[in-house]
Amino acid sequence: MPRYLLKRLGAAIPTLFIIVTLSFFITRWAPGGPFDEERALQPEIMANLQRAYGLDRSVWVQYTRYLRGLAHGDFGPSFRYKNFTVSELIAQGLPVTLELGTLALAIALAVGIPLGTFAALHRHSAMDSVAISLAVLGIAVPPFVVLPLLGLVFGVALHWLPVAGWEPGSIRYLVLPVIALALSPLAYIARLTRGGMLETLRSPFIRTAVAKGLPLKTILTRHALRPALVPVTGYLAPAVANIMTGSLVVESLAGLPGIGRYLVQGALNRDYTLVLGMVILYSSVLIAMGLVVDVLHAWLDPRVRFAQ
Amino acid sequence: MSSGLWRGAGRRLRANPAAMVALAVIVVLVMLALAAPLLNPNSIEALDWSQVATAPGVAHAHWFGTDRLGRDLFVRTFEGARTSLAVGLLAGAVSLTLGMGFGTIAGYVGGRADYLMMRIIEILSGLPLVFFVIFLTVILGRNGYVLYASLVAISWLTMARIVRGQTLSIRRQEFIEAAVATGGSPARVIIKHIVPNVLGPVAVYATLMVPQIILVESFLSFLGLGTQEPHASLGTLVAEGAGEIEAAPWILLAPGILLALLLVSLNVLGDGLRDALDVRDPG
Amino acid sequence: MSTAAPELEQPTLRIDGLKVRYGNSRRGIDAASLAAVRDVSLQIFPGECLAIVGESGSGKSQLFLAAMGLLAGNARIEGSVRFDGEELLGLPAAALNKIRGSKLSMVFQDPMTALTPHVRVGVQLAEVRVHHAAATWRAAERSALDMLERVRVPDAPRRMREYPHELSGGMRQRVMIAMSLMCDPRLVIADEPTSALDVTVQAQILGLLRDVRAQFGTSIALISHDLGVVAGIAERIVVMYAGRVVETGTTRQLLRAPRHPYTGLLTRCAPNLHAARLDRMPCLEGQPPSPTEPEIGCAFAPRCPRASGLCREQRPPLRRIDEHSEAACHHPLAP
Repeated sequence: MPRYLLKRLGAAIPTLFIIVTLSFFITRWAPGGPFDEERALQPEIMANLQRAYGLDRSVWVQYTRYLRGLAHGDFGPSFRYKNFTVSELIAQGLPVTLELGTLALAIALAVGIPLGTFAALHRHSAMDSVAISLAVLGIAVPPFVVLPLLGLVFGVALHWLPVAGWEPGSIRYLVLPVIALALSPLAYIARLTRGGMLETLRSPFIRTAVAKGLPLKTILTRHALRPALVPVTGYLAPAVANIMTGSLVVESLAGLPGIGRYLVQGALNRDYTLVLGMVILYSSVLIAMGLVVDVLHAWLDPRVRFAQ
Repeated sequence: MSSGLWRGAGRRLRANPAAMVALAVIVVLVMLALAAPLLNPNSIEALDWSQVATAPGVAHAHWFGTDRLGRDLFVRTFEGARTSLAVGLLAGAVSLTLGMGFGTIAGYVGGRADYLMMRIIEILSGLPLVFFVIFLTVILGRNGYVLYASLVAISWLTMARIVRGQTLSIRRQEFIEAAVATGGSPARVIIKHIVPNVLGPVAVYATLMVPQIILVESFLSFLGLGTQEPHASLGTLVAEGAGEIEAAPWILLAPGILLALLLVSLNVLGDGLRDALDVRDPG
Repeated sequence: MSTAAPELEQPTLRIDGLKVRYGNSRRGIDAASLAAVRDVSLQIFPGECLAIVGESGSGKSQLFLAAMGLLAGNARIEGSVRFDGEELLGLPAAALNKIRGSKLSMVFQDPMTALTPHVRVGVQLAEVRVHHAAATWRAAERSALDMLERVRVPDAPRRMREYPHELSGGMRQRVMIAMSLMCDPRLVIADEPTSALDVTVQAQILGLLRDVRAQFGTSIALISHDLGVVAGIAERIVVMYAGRVVETGTTRQLLRAPRHPYTGLLTRCAPNLHAARLDRMPCLEGQPPSPTEPEIGCAFAPRCPRASGLCREQRPPLRRIDEHSEAACHHPLAP
C-alpha cells in the first residue's frame, strides 16, 4: 500500500504545480491591474507602488519570487488589506473555516449514514419514501437558499438562534451555518449509504451472519457497514469541495470571519494575491482530501489492500 | 432499439408520480415566467417610491411585495426565473454540444487521442472549478461572457465522460462494425449510428445538468460575481432577500422558494428520467 | 447414534407440509407465482445424518432456508417446522435468533462468499459464542482456536488473525463448519458443503463431517446433488423432485433397490446430479418442470419410461412402501 500512496502523491504534486503556475500567470497576463480601481494616481506614485509590490520586474522574476515565497508559506502581501500579508489573513481566518467545515462534514456523516441505513432497512415503507424525498430536497437546494430560510424561521420568527455574527468559542453562531452547509452532503451521503447498504445486505455473507443468529446491530456494524460505505468514501472528496464552496456563501451571509469571506471580498475587490493564495490553498486541501479518500477506500476493503 | 427504448421509457416515466409532478411544476413555472410581464403591469425597473418595502398584497398590485427600492417583486422574481432558465438552457446546450463532440470522438477514435482527452478531463475534474471561476471573474471582470464561458467550462466535463463511456460500449457492438465495413466515414458513422444510441443517458444528464448550471450561476450571482444590475437572476434576488429577513422577509421568500422549486423539480425529473431509461453511470 | 425405533423418539427437526411460494407483490402486474417447495414433510432424528438429494430447482435448499428464516421478504411460507418440538415458522426474530447459530446452524455452499471478507476469521468464529453463550471475547477466542484445531485447520493460531481470502477453499469450508459448531448445535444443515471444492478436498470435508458427528453427536441435514457424496455418510436419504419428496429410504436400501423411477435412473445412470452433466445423462432426457408451471399429474411423468395415462392425470401421493421407505409413484420399481 505505501507504494500505491507514493504513486498518488507523485501525481498530486505536479497537479498542484500546474494550478499554481496557471493561476499565477493568469493574474499577471490579465488585462488591468490591481490598482486600476483606485483613483487615478500620479505616475511616480504608481511606479513606487509597483516597485514596492515587485510588479516592475519581469513576469518570470515575479514567478520565481512567488514560488520561493510559497515554499516558505508566504503568499505575498494583500493588495487590499494594506497592512496584512495573505498568510496572516489565512492564519486569522482558517481556524474559523476549518471549524465550520469539519463540523458540517461530521454532521453530514453522523446523521447521513444512520439515516441511509434506516431507509435501507425499511425499504418500501412510508419512512423510506419520506427519507428519499427529503434527500432530493437536500441535494437540490443550495446553502445560500437554505441559510436565509433557516434564519427566517429560527432567528426571526422563533428567536432561538442568532442569524449572523460571531463570537470566538461560542457555538450558537455556528448552529445555523453548519446545518445549512451540512444539508446537501448529508442528503447525498444518506442516499449513497442507502444504496450501498441495500446492495451489501443482499450479499451471501450477510445471510451467514443472520444464520448465526447475530443481533441486527452486530450484523450492521461489524459485517455490513464497511462494504456499504464504499460508495460514500468515493463521495468524500466531492463532499469536501461542496462544503468548501458552500462555506463561501455561508461565511459571507452569517458574517463569520473565515477565509471564505476573505476570498469573496478579495474577489469583489480584485485583490489578486489574496484570491491567488486562496485558490492555491483550496486546491491543496482538495488534493489532500483526494489522497485521504484513497487511503480510506483501501482500508475499508482488505481485498483492495492486498491486491496492490 | 431507439424507438422501443423511448416508448417504454415514456410509459415508465408517466407511471412515476414524483416525476410527473415535477414536470408539471416546471411547465407551470416556465409559463408563469414567460407570462409574468403580461400579468402584472409593473416593470422590473420602475421604482415605486410610495410602496417601498411593502408586504405582498393584492390592493396595491404588488402581489409579491416590493423590495428596498420599491421595485415590484412579482415581476422581478419571474424575470429572475427567466434569466436563470435562459442561462441554464443556453450554457447547457453549449455544454451538451461540447461534451457530445468531445465524448463521441474520444470514444470512437480511441487510442492515444482518447487517452489524452481522458487525462485532460481527469486533471480538470480534479480542480475546484468554482474557485477558478471566481478567480477568472476577478481577473477578467464581471461580464456575461466570462460567466457563460465558465459555466460551460464546469459542466461539459461530466457530459463528455458519460458520452465517451457510452460510445465505447456501443462501438464494440456489431452493427457499428458493419457500418464501418460498408465504407462509412467516421463522421457519418458517429452521426448516424452512435449519436441516436447515446441519446438516452445524454437526455438524463442534460436534464440533471441544467439545475447544476442554474445552481452555480445563482451561487455566483449571490456573491455578486454573476448577473449584473439591473438584470437579476434568482441568485441576486435571494442575496437581496437574505439581507432583509428581519425587516422584510417576503423579499427572500418569493425568489428563494421559486429557486428551490425549480432546482428540486429539475432534479426529480432528471432522476425520474434516469429510472425510466434505466441508465447507469458507465464512468 | 440412536438405536431406538424412529417412531418412538422425538425428532430433532420435523417438517410438515411445508410450502414455499414466491408471489409478485407489485400492484397491477401479477406474474404467475413461483412454487419452490410444493409440499414437503420429513423428520431428522437425534444423531442421524439425513441426506436431501435433488437437481437444482428441486427445492432442497429453499426448504431449509425457509426453516432457518433466511428467505427473502416476498416468500410465502405455509406448513410447520418444529425444532425440538418448538415451532420455528412465525417465530419473532428475537426468539429465532436464540436458536439459529447455536442449537440450529447452517453451513453454506461457497465459503468464499459466505464468510465476511473484511472481518478476521477468529472474530467471525468467536462472535457466535459471545452472542449466544454470553462469553467474554477472551474466552470466546479460546473456544474458537480450540474449534479450529478440532476441525484440523493447520496453524490455527495464525488462521485466527487472517482474513477469509488468505485461506484455501478447503480451509475456508473447515472454518464454516467450525463456525456452525461453536455452540454445540443439535442440528447442522450443510447446504452443498463440498460443491465448491475440488474432489480431493471434498473427501476431506466429508470425513470431517463424519468425525464431527461421532465427536459431537449432532444431527446433520446434508443437502447435495451428488448421490455419491452422500452415500458414504448418510443413514437415510430423501429424494426431491420439482418441489416434492419422491422417495425416502435408508441409504443402503435406496441405492441398492430404489422404488421411484427417478431414483432408479439416477442410481443406475449417474450418481452425480450436477446440472452441468444432466444433459449428458444417457438414460434421463429432458428437464425438470419449471417452478412456475402448474402441476398436472406426476411431475416426473414427461421423463419417466414407466409413465402411464394415470401418471399424467393424477399426482401420486407419497406412499409408505415398507418400514423404512416411501415413494410417490403409481408404478414403483420392484424391489
